[in-house]
Amino acid sequence: MAHSGINVLFEGRNLIRLFGGLWTTVEIAAVALVLGLILGVILGVLRTFPNRLLRLVLRLYLEFFRIVPTVVLLFLFYYILPKQLGVNLPANQVATLVFALWTAAEMSDIVRGALISVPKHQRESGMAIGLNRLQLYRYVLIPQAVSLELPATINLVTRVIKTTSLLMLISVMDVINVGQQVVEANNQKYPTGVFWVYGIIFVMYFAIDYPLSWWAKRMDKKRLERANG
Amino acid sequence: MAKQVIKVEHLEKYYQKDHILHDINFSIDQGEVVALLGPSGSGKSTLIRCLNGLEPYQNGTVSFNGDQVVPTEKNWQKLRQKIGMVFQSYDLFPNLTVLDNILLGPVKVQKQSRETAKAAAEKLLDQVGLREYENVYPRQLSGGQKQRIAIVRALALNPELMLFDEVTASLDPEMVRGVLNIISKLAQDSDMTMIVVTHEMNFAQQIADRVLFLEDGKILEQTKGDQFFKQPQTDRAKEFLESMDF
Ligand SMILES: Nc1ncnc2c1ncn2[C@@H]1O[C@H](COP(=O)(O)OP(=O)(O)OP(=O)(O)O)[C@@H](O)[C@H]1O
Ligand SMILES: [Mg+2]
Repeated sequence: MAHSGINVLFEGRNLIRLFGGLWTTVEIAAVALVLGLILGVILGVLRTFPNRLLRLVLRLYLEFFRIVPTVVLLFLFYYILPKQLGVNLPANQVATLVFALWTAAEMSDIVRGALISVPKHQRESGMAIGLNRLQLYRYVLIPQAVSLELPATINLVTRVIKTTSLLMLISVMDVINVGQQVVEANNQKYPTGVFWVYGIIFVMYFAIDYPLSWWAKRMDKKRLERANG
Repeated sequence: MAKQVIKVEHLEKYYQKDHILHDINFSIDQGEVVALLGPSGSGKSTLIRCLNGLEPYQNGTVSFNGDQVVPTEKNWQKLRQKIGMVFQSYDLFPNLTVLDNILLGPVKVQKQSRETAKAAAEKLLDQVGLREYENVYPRQLSGGQKQRIAIVRALALNPELMLFDEVTASLDPEMVRGVLNIISKLAQDSDMTMIVVTHEMNFAQQIADRVLFLEDGKILEQTKGDQFFKQPQTDRAKEFLESMDF
């Protein structure tokens, strides 16, 4: 078979372009995750404070990002908000922002859940040695919450990375968008190229996400083993 | 005349509508060891938790070293380094080693240098016979060892008053002795003022200068230690001692 579909990957700069697209995807995901996780921890801590108004506002923030589908959020931030507010951000930055805010919302719930499941006695023993609220969180509650929440956090990270495949919808040159262009440009010469292009994109996502979800599962298992003695 | 360390006047405590503590009045001098006794649910834990601000109270006052405490979280937080407390559940911080558990208060709250605090901590660890465990994590310790470390953690702040709430109640019987010995030694060898909630009557008799007997949130009697166990003043206290097989 002279025209085996796999050659579409080696035609011209196709493979390099695909990896370039992957890089854009990874860059957006990485920046969004770093910002989102940090913001999420702060919001999660705030959600355990007694102030009701604060808790309500943060809860609404979470629900908004949880209920509205990510596609809609991307469109909202890319097409609608700029018209209304007159801010025009490049697509990459809009994408980073949306993913960061979404990550922060989900992370705040994970952190809050972990913090409130640290036993009450731990909080009281910390208070009994004179720790103030900041010190209590810094040295006692957050370190214990982190080990509880790590698997859920890694699962969130894999979800965020998977969802980056929606980026093409707002014309970010991510790996999916590049893949589509490659398929269209080579449709005549390699009719089966579509399988190979999407195949390699599948392999790329799998290579990033599978180790993460394997790690999360292993950690959860270990934690259960330790909890059961 | 001995200095008055803590004084409680007309203290009232409610949980929502439930009236838990009724007009509590007492004071404790420096160096005095007071056993707080009473049946389950009488309010012992609630009372000593009011004394370091872990539990808010609705009426009355607590004075520490002659100064009435203005009950804000910030004031209590400062006072808690002078009022050590050890709980029934041995709750060391599982994320820190034994030594770091002990140093957290002195270093972060009192801003002592780590070296100074460490030297003091090691001396205390020697006294409870656990020096060689300083780099171990709490999960590797037995209940009795954890409880001894919890006592050291409270003492490391150099408190003026120690509160013990049934610190041996969740220990295996063979661990109890060791922990009680540490508290007895503290009562004898130092001038520590202490309030001890316990259901170990022999232990209470051995260390208590005075007994506060609490029932249904009221102090029914305050009697000198040796006298309380021989000749309680109220029938209720007599029944209580009998029920404890004493
Ligand atoms: N968080 C709470 N909310 C409502 N009621 C409470 C709470 N904690 C304690 N109580 C009630 O207050 C009363 C006194 O409880 P407390 O724990 O102080 O008793 P205790 O003397 O320490 O008992 P025990 O010997 O069993 O430890 C009990 O009737 C209990 O049900
Ligand atoms: Mg109690």
